[in-house]
Amino acid sequence: MALMSEVPRRQAPTGTAVLEVRGAEKAFGATRALLGASLELRDGECLALLGPNGAGKTTLLRALTGRVRLDRGAVRMFGRELPAEERRAALGIVPQEIAVYPLLSARENLDAFGRLHGVAPDRLRARIDWALAWTGLAERAREPVEKFSGGMKRRLNIACGVLHEPRVVLLDEPTVGVDPQSRERIYEMLDALREGGASLLLTTHHLEEAERRCDRIVILDHGHEVAEGTLAELIERTVGGGRDVVVHLDRDAARPLDGFERGADARTWRARVRDVAGELPGLLGRVAASQARVEDLEIRRQGLHEVFLHLTGRELRE
Amino acid sequence: MIGTLLGISRTNLRRDRVALAMVFVLPIMFFSIFAAVFGRPSSGGMSRVRLLVANEDGSDMSRYLIEALKADPGLGVSDSAKAAGVDAHAAPAPLTRERATALVRAGDAPIALVLPKGWGATFPNLTGNGLRAELLADPSDPVARHVVAGLLQRAAATVMRGGPAAGTSTAPSAGAAPSTPSPGAKPGAGAPDLADASVAGDPVPTHVTEVLGRSRRGGQMISFYAAGIAVMFLLFSCAAGGGALLDEQDSGTLERVLNTRVGMNGLLAGKWLHLTFMGVLQITVMFTWGMLAFGLDLTRHLPGFFVMTAATAAAAAGFGLVLATLSRSRQQLMGFANLIILSMSALGGSMFPRFLMSPTLQKIGLITFNAWALDGFVKVFWRDAPIVALAPQVGVLVALTLVFLAVARMLARRWEAA
Repeated sequence: MALMSEVPRRQAPTGTAVLEVRGAEKAFGATRALLGASLELRDGECLALLGPNGAGKTTLLRALTGRVRLDRGAVRMFGRELPAEERRAALGIVPQEIAVYPLLSARENLDAFGRLHGVAPDRLRARIDWALAWTGLAERAREPVEKFSGGMKRRLNIACGVLHEPRVVLLDEPTVGVDPQSRERIYEMLDALREGGASLLLTTHHLEEAERRCDRIVILDHGHEVAEGTLAELIERTVGGGRDVVVHLDRDAARPLDGFERGADARTWRARVRDVAGELPGLLGRVAASQARVEDLEIRRQGLHEVFLHLTGRELRE
Repeated sequence: MIGTLLGISRTNLRRDRVALAMVFVLPIMFFSIFAAVFGRPSSGGMSRVRLLVANEDGSDMSRYLIEALKADPGLGVSDSAKAAGVDAHAAPAPLTRERATALVRAGDAPIALVLPKGWGATFPNLTGNGLRAELLADPSDPVARHVVAGLLQRAAATVMRGGPAAGTSTAPSAGAAPSTPSPGAKPGAGAPDLADASVAGDPVPTHVTEVLGRSRRGGQMISFYAAGIAVMFLLFSCAAGGGALLDEQDSGTLERVLNTRVGMNGLLAGKWLHLTFMGVLQITVMFTWGMLAFGLDLTRHLPGFFVMTAATAAAAAGFGLVLATLSRSRQQLMGFANLIILSMSALGGSMFPRFLMSPTLQKIGLITFNAWALDGFVKVFWRDAPIVALAPQVGVLVALTLVFLAVARMLARRWEAA
């Protein structure tokens, strides 16, 4: 893809921690926002930070950027405890809000934030041209941002945070409020950033995106991490592997079906199998023995949604 | 249904303290300020007129007249002053015409009386042919000359009746009763003409000379109103401009900028410089328009104008940042701005000249930003004061700038790391 080829990889990912926080604690008055939260972002990876509203995600992100002073705990970047100002200078930070100047054009916004991030004047123009190509906004570079669509603003919002070529980028809900096509475009941009050697830490409410796009996942709840790992690891550790088999009968079952759990009503029954091909015939045989006929059958994979509910006990947007 | 809506509106108003203040406190404040400025001129509101007297005559008659003037409760008379540039502890010397002119020009007193040599020999002369006394008037105070012209005749009548120097052999004992307007006399009630302030039959014929030049009087009034309006709107502009910080807070760009290499100091410095520059531009445009449309004499006062404009704009910019950092929202900011700026403008002379207010209100006015800025512009455009004479006004404005910036910096800590 042309977009990605414009971002040369700086070096192969080493997998070592580029950003980590350990035992983060923070209270705002009587409200304890962080209760020993920890996470580790590794070189070249995309890490999803998930959690219900109020779990402490934003506070943790602000602690990483130095905009929140931790009561306890330490933040290390590239293996060292850096002062907040140095950490901020080395990070790319993309806020959830569309934090650009609406009356300025895309080019003017990029120019302004490039300068504020300390991009060298002799490099700034090239970086702006790169960003405009990267975001697909080159043709509308001189229009005021207020005329842009939501997706275009989001892309510019991201670009303004990475002009200074940070090795670590924090993205707070980078795809919130945009349509599926724009989300896809944004993730292509993020893929290109990773190709260029950046490590990404992002929060999102789109669990399927975290599943598909991120290497590892950290789930935060009540101010501390409740799980961390790849999706497969999380599934294995929480809801277990295998598939859910759900059958819908043509009538209420006269008695409980052997090997099934009752679903929402007496016509719906659920069973967990590790080997679909091997175990499914036996299950269907038991249904047939109950005199009922199968009207519909679903085989569901365990996913992040189930893991999330298992760990937090509530829906994401609760 | 309507009851529910009324309940919501009432609860919202009760919980929005700035809106409540705007509804109830602001009108009362303004009523009180304007009542104090305009409403009580006779109950101690009208000041004693400060009168300088240069006695070139030196006769007994002139001394009697000065004593009578000093005894008048409507006047504060000085016939001596320290010479310019001498040690502060030096004894005051009798005023000369030149020194009196300089003091009126500098705004130390609104008017001076010069009794020319030989005046005593022609006093009293009720035919109007006596030697004329001269009134050196500051055009910025159109009231003082009329008050003094009237009280001068009353003092002359007192001398002619024998007091306050009664018992002296040379004091005249009789004379015609002159017109004697009260200290609160309105302009025009006593002396009908600026150049010839006396009327036929006055025991002391007078001649009024405006020390700043009569021909420029219209331009001076225009410069006063240009400065008054410019300063008031400058404050509003700076408050609104400072509010950009609140817009940036809401849009997230403030957080984003603070995440760059620019710290809070840099951010505030940038905003302050921008507002200062805009303020200089705004005042310059206002005065340029005054020059083009109303003949304001700007070109002859450019150095003083730019010194005062820069100092005023810098302080106003700092003031705007204080309001912005103090407020939690745009609505709150505009509430504070209306409350504070309109009050300061009323007391500080942007709406009504301070020199026409009572002495107490004039002193109270000095706590306002406007008063110092306007005093400086008046010095430049009315008194042709040299730049060094602007030191008190510029000093106060610079000090205010520093205080405003320090307060804004302190208040801006809420946007820094929590």
